[in-house]
Amino acid sequence: MAATVQGYRIRGATQLILILFGQSIGFAGYILTGLFRDNAVPAQWPVLAICWYGLGVLVHIGARIAIPYADPVILPITLALTGIGLATLHRIDLTSGTSPMLGNQFVALVIGVALLLVIVFLVKDPRRLKGYPFLLSALGFLLLLLPLVPHLGTEVYGSRIWISVGGFSFQPAEIAKIVLAASFAAYLADKTEVLALAGRRILGLELPRMRDMGPVILMWVLSLAIMVFENDLGTSLLFFGLFVMMIYVATARVSWIILGLILFGAGGAFVLKFAGHVQRRIDFWLHPFDFPNDATQIIQAQFGLSHGGLLGSGWGLGRPDLIIFSYSDMISAATGEEIGIVGLMAIIVLYGLLVFRGLKTSLVATDIFVKLFAAGLSFAFLLQTFAIIGGVTRLLPLTGLTTPFMSQGGSSMIANWILVATLLVISNQARRPQLQAAVGPEGVTALGEEYTQVFSTRELAQIGTGTIRPVLPIATQQVRLGASGNVVPDDNEWTGNDELTQAVPVPAPEPPVVPTPAISPPAPTPAVPPPASSPAVPAPAPAPVPASAPPVFSAPVVPGSGVTRPTSPGPTAPGPTPPAPHDPEEDDYFGRGMD
Amino acid sequence: MNKQIRHVGVFSALMVFALLANLTYIDLGRQASLEANPYNVRARQAEFDVHRGQILAGDTVIADSIPSTDQSSFSFQRVYANGPLYAPVTGFYSYIYGSSRIENSYNSELVGSSSSQWLQNLIDTTSGRTPQGASVVTTISPTLQQAAAKALQGYDGAIVAMDPHTGAVLAMVTSPSYDPNLLASHDLGAVQTSWQQLTTDPSNPMTDRSTREIYPPGSTFKLIVASAALEKGYTPDTMIDTPSSVQLPGSTSTLSNSSDCGNTQVTLARALQLSCNTAFANLGVSLGASTVRAEAEKFGFDSPHLPEVGGVASTFPATLDNAQLMMSSIGQYDVAATPLQMAMVVSTLVNGGQQADPYLVQEVRAPDLSVLYEHQNKVTPVVSASTAQSMQDMMVQVVANGTGTAARIPGVTVGGKSGTSQTDADNPDYAWFVCYALNPDIVVSVFLQRDEKTPVNLWGGANAAPVAKEVLQASR
Repeated sequence: MAATVQGYRIRGATQLILILFGQSIGFAGYILTGLFRDNAVPAQWPVLAICWYGLGVLVHIGARIAIPYADPVILPITLALTGIGLATLHRIDLTSGTSPMLGNQFVALVIGVALLLVIVFLVKDPRRLKGYPFLLSALGFLLLLLPLVPHLGTEVYGSRIWISVGGFSFQPAEIAKIVLAASFAAYLADKTEVLALAGRRILGLELPRMRDMGPVILMWVLSLAIMVFENDLGTSLLFFGLFVMMIYVATARVSWIILGLILFGAGGAFVLKFAGHVQRRIDFWLHPFDFPNDATQIIQAQFGLSHGGLLGSGWGLGRPDLIIFSYSDMISAATGEEIGIVGLMAIIVLYGLLVFRGLKTSLVATDIFVKLFAAGLSFAFLLQTFAIIGGVTRLLPLTGLTTPFMSQGGSSMIANWILVATLLVISNQARRPQLQAAVGPEGVTALGEEYTQVFSTRELAQIGTGTIRPVLPIATQQVRLGASGNVVPDDNEWTGNDELTQAVPVPAPEPPVVPTPAISPPAPTPAVPPPASSPAVPAPAPAPVPASAPPVFSAPVVPGSGVTRPTSPGPTAPGPTPPAPHDPEEDDYFGRGMD
Repeated sequence: MNKQIRHVGVFSALMVFALLANLTYIDLGRQASLEANPYNVRARQAEFDVHRGQILAGDTVIADSIPSTDQSSFSFQRVYANGPLYAPVTGFYSYIYGSSRIENSYNSELVGSSSSQWLQNLIDTTSGRTPQGASVVTTISPTLQQAAAKALQGYDGAIVAMDPHTGAVLAMVTSPSYDPNLLASHDLGAVQTSWQQLTTDPSNPMTDRSTREIYPPGSTFKLIVASAALEKGYTPDTMIDTPSSVQLPGSTSTLSNSSDCGNTQVTLARALQLSCNTAFANLGVSLGASTVRAEAEKFGFDSPHLPEVGGVASTFPATLDNAQLMMSSIGQYDVAATPLQMAMVVSTLVNGGQQADPYLVQEVRAPDLSVLYEHQNKVTPVVSASTAQSMQDMMVQVVANGTGTAARIPGVTVGGKSGTSQTDADNPDYAWFVCYALNPDIVVSVFLQRDEKTPVNLWGGANAAPVAKEVLQASR
């Protein structure tokens, strides 16, 4: 596993500014609704502004204290989407004639945010979950099948994916996607090597061994059961897709994906043939206008989006009252009608960005379980969003899933805030400087692995004034742990992270580091090739630095990851350095652009 | 593992892209059809909030939108002055039941969404003015329309009056009619009740008998057969056999004259004057089915006219044996025509054999009175000028000394042709009289329909001709 981890600067101010900006989108929607409908700013606006922005500042402060290194974009996107959802619900409240939903939804949001704060303050190490794969699986399956329990499950528009307890309805799939992502990750982290073993080769496709197929068959049966008995293609696709994706990430074997698609396709075709209600959904999707009295949701959503046009009718000026369930399943159509196709596209891009940040978190995490967990959560979130918005916009057959953060409904809101909290905790752990890990119980045993401690400009200044002391007794930013556990000074190198501003040599505290004879004299020290299994930072280029002399402050910067950084010309500048060996693994084409 | 995670990232990006592409498709590919979909309440609602343009008959406003005063959410109320009189022209405009006739065919102009109005709309919208629809000016003459309705009182049927030289429809009356105000009401419950009543009324008040229904034209069709004969070299003096009855080939049925034609031979002019059935049956057979059909089609059969009100095509049977040809030559069997079509036949003959395409909308005017559309006359040659002149002379004889004497107006050149079509000899169903008067030139087509309310038999000469005469006189 990768041991070299880039630390990230704390970006508190960025996060706060983004949060306030994201929140303002929804708040502007609320104000505009009042202006467009009644020619007046709503009377309660100061109260709402205080509650709404107060919540944003609160969650920011909480996150800043508990998880300072967590991705600074996840929370702003979440709050932006929540705000747009709240504004839409408020707007529907004005014309629905039923009891207002805004208050309840805000309470659900507060509960969600409270849970987020609890999680980020209490859960320090998400790896704990690794220990309970079977407990988690059992819990996840139980949740998924809960709607089938008589008197507990309720059928809404043909789909049986809700349970109803004491007047509260709840979509167990919302929680199940988190639990199952954890259980899959725990199971796969354990079985990666076994599952990657090849079995028989059929038609040029290396199939997994039959004995490894058990969990796949189990998931397949469960997905088909959901499709048949809960009558929801979206939920079924969500969990099977999540499982197939995670098994692919864990094993790197495309054959699992092909196998999954074949299984799901065959099962789906079988279900279609014998379960009429799924076929009905597909008919409504393909020919909604042949069913003007039954496919009204899809028809009205289409009318709304097309009548709203590119720029929309404006907040409060659409007709969500014509769309059944405009506040839950169809909320993207209700919003899209008023803020236009362009506005709905922006919402979709926000969802996409959130998912990409989640995947980026997975990329930078070190632990296999944590990587799988973060990737699974992100992909499940994307699948859900894709299924419901795709259904509403007639890209797919309509399913009964909720639109995360926007749909009315406490369970969805709370579950998705838990999901975000989990991602944030993982992100914080993955992005913070990993030196503790180096001296941790596992860290020191890692022979020949590299650790990097990095500092921001501000931290550098603080080190200079003595405000911060480096955590480790190291001489340079880059150290090598020898077999004996000795810290070996090594060349300075640029780690290739955009957020880093400068590599820093740290004054060596007592006792002074003594190079071991085995490595000495290493002038110039040859680069240590990264272990084959590790997507490590490219080897540092040799620099003519005497081993005994600590590097000067303005250390030469070597291009890492093929990205050239301007170097501050120092006395030890090595001149033009050849580009580091290009490791395609390291070519961060996906994550980099978004940092 | 990071490689696979990146693959998942790329796949996720593709999914997001699919959503975005689909939305683009909704806007670019589906928007037009979705907006035009009859189930699209939003589009209609938007129309109802527009200051819809007027429909005028000359200078008279026959459909208008006034600011709504009721409690409904609609900003404007559509009002039809003298609704039943102009209903076949304006049609109705209903929130629930859509629209018809000009309200339907000129909807985009009336709403202001036609392509010629987009710039004005943009200016209006950006300058804060409420966009207003354009006005549609029809060719209807309120005087003639009212006179025609008055003349038709007591009958079920229709009258079409037109200018033979331009094709302008001057009057278009159907009876019984209905009040489109009933359907334009904002009291949607009342609208539903009215719709129920109107659509279940056995007299079919919402049926436009002038342009959208076809009936056997009877002896008025003889004008087309006679024109075909003249075009084929016959003269008004050509003698034709007219026995008292002919046996229909291949059957035991006979066809007899309903007037005294002498039972030997008559000239073509005399046969038209007295409406000799056997003469025209024989004439039709000697011309041949294809000649008669070709002539009917040149006069406008088998193609729809007046699309502004959804006019339908008159029909001439595609295949005929001789018996059917005999019956068709006197306007029976499966020959069927709209009153408009028969007016077009006479118009063509009055206009020297050149048929002016009938039209109902003279121009479309923007709210600033600039003209967005103006009708251009379209003329098609049908028969030679000499044929047309001979036919006019023969039609004058019909009115002077034939079956159409009831339409005579002293000192005025009036020509015409009566028609009575029937399902059996004792029970005439439809009475026709098509005629024209010169200086000013006008063509009138009268069609009367027998139903339960008018138990007396109807005859073209006796019943329809006097009605036509009233309309002719009103035009002077």
